[in-house]
Amino acid sequence: MVKVAIFDYGAGNIFSLKSSLEKNEAQVDIITNLEKIKNYSGLLLPGVGNFDPAIKSLNTSKVAFQNLVKNQIPILGICLGMEMFFEKSEEGKLGGLGILDGEVILLPNKFKIPHMGWNNLQIKKPSVLLDGVKEGSWVYFVHSYRVKPKNEEIIMADSDYGINVPAVIENQTLFGTQFHPEKSSKVGSIMIKNFLRVCKK
Amino acid sequence: MTLTKRVIPCLDVDNGRVVKGMHFKSIKDAGDPVLLAEKYSQEGADELVFLDITASEQQRETIKSLVQKVAQVIDIPFTVGGGVKNLQDARDILLSGADKVAINTGAVKNPEIITKLMEIFGKQCVVIAMDVKRNYEIKGDRHIFTSDSKKFWFEVYIYGGKTPTNLDAIDWAKEVERRGAGEILLTSIDMDGTKEGYDIQLIKEIVNAVNIPVVASGGCGKPKHMLDVFLQTNVDAALAASIFHYKTHSVDRVKEYLKENGVPVRL
Repeated sequence: MVKVAIFDYGAGNIFSLKSSLEKNEAQVDIITNLEKIKNYSGLLLPGVGNFDPAIKSLNTSKVAFQNLVKNQIPILGICLGMEMFFEKSEEGKLGGLGILDGEVILLPNKFKIPHMGWNNLQIKKPSVLLDGVKEGSWVYFVHSYRVKPKNEEIIMADSDYGINVPAVIENQTLFGTQFHPEKSSKVGSIMIKNFLRVCKK
Repeated sequence: MTLTKRVIPCLDVDNGRVVKGMHFKSIKDAGDPVLLAEKYSQEGADELVFLDITASEQQRETIKSLVQKVAQVIDIPFTVGGGVKNLQDARDILLSGADKVAINTGAVKNPEIITKLMEIFGKQCVVIAMDVKRNYEIKGDRHIFTSDSKKFWFEVYIYGGKTPTNLDAIDWAKEVERRGAGEILLTSIDMDGTKEGYDIQLIKEIVNAVNIPVVASGGCGKPKHMLDVFLQTNVDAALAASIFHYKTHSVDRVKEYLKENGVPVRL
């Protein structure tokens, strides 16, 4: 059985993510620092909370986090979890984890904010996370910001909300989704399975 | 492609059972919340709303364990409301498995809670539930509307639709958006339980007043009512309880009907 950890910023529902991983036969621990991260085959940064408080809770673990990336431990960042990979966000004043070059910006306010509900995936290229996911699949978004990676090659899929919103990013063993796979019914479950498969390797 | 309109079954829960009220008063038993949640999720519901309808009035703790059970069986988003007074209440609900917290009375009594919640949990977690009733006693500084040549304004009610607040619903909607709410769950007390359709005028006015998603609630008695509210307003989601509870219409059938009539839905 694959053992993974969810990082808890202390600000939201991680229960659904935990149950979704467990349904897919993972053993899941909730952690608040990365001291014992060596015991796990993968890490998840959940998608609830606000940028600054979440970054603060990760601050003492920044170096440990960078080492994980260096050592190619699979990491899945969901929504805010993915946004934190980048250098900075318009949601907060603090810097991000800076693992990926680029920034996080507010959605254009000519559209309703948050972008909330089910939207289609426009798959741009073959990806590990999207293996078995059909073009046009519905996934559940709830977010006010979007990521703007310097290297657009890492965007595997996007979604149309008047503008193209990067929906899936992938850079070696670093994965991110702007939507919530744990809330995206059967399609989301495929992605959770795909991530766990990478963790097993 | 684009963002779809959401169809949301609502589970009003009283003492652990799903109930449905008429004008917020007479209550009828409608089933086990865990079984209903599972059924709706499988039928293609886009989201669920779970309201502990007695909580505000009796100052009761929200039924955390029930929320956990419901969340375990579903893999779609889930809003929980009822009796949320402070940050701890909200955190309890979110950590029990809810994605969003709906606040009504707690926000009217203490509007600062909206910003505090938003700063910690993010605005997408913060839903303001507004129970609204037409008031025909005209006051000068209210937004006045006309229907059947009668003048009225929209008044916000608290304590499960029992207590008027003198708050103008249009002003309150704008204020909750400014303070950081991520969504408005808008219930018409006049229409709730009548099965005669949503209060289209109310929904249109609130949707036009804000730039956050709005969920229409109160009055849905048949799929046609849902179609009407989606075609006649720019509302993001429609909530209904009784049409789904009593097996009159399944969620997937309602969504197919909406799609056939030009409403973008997830099928």
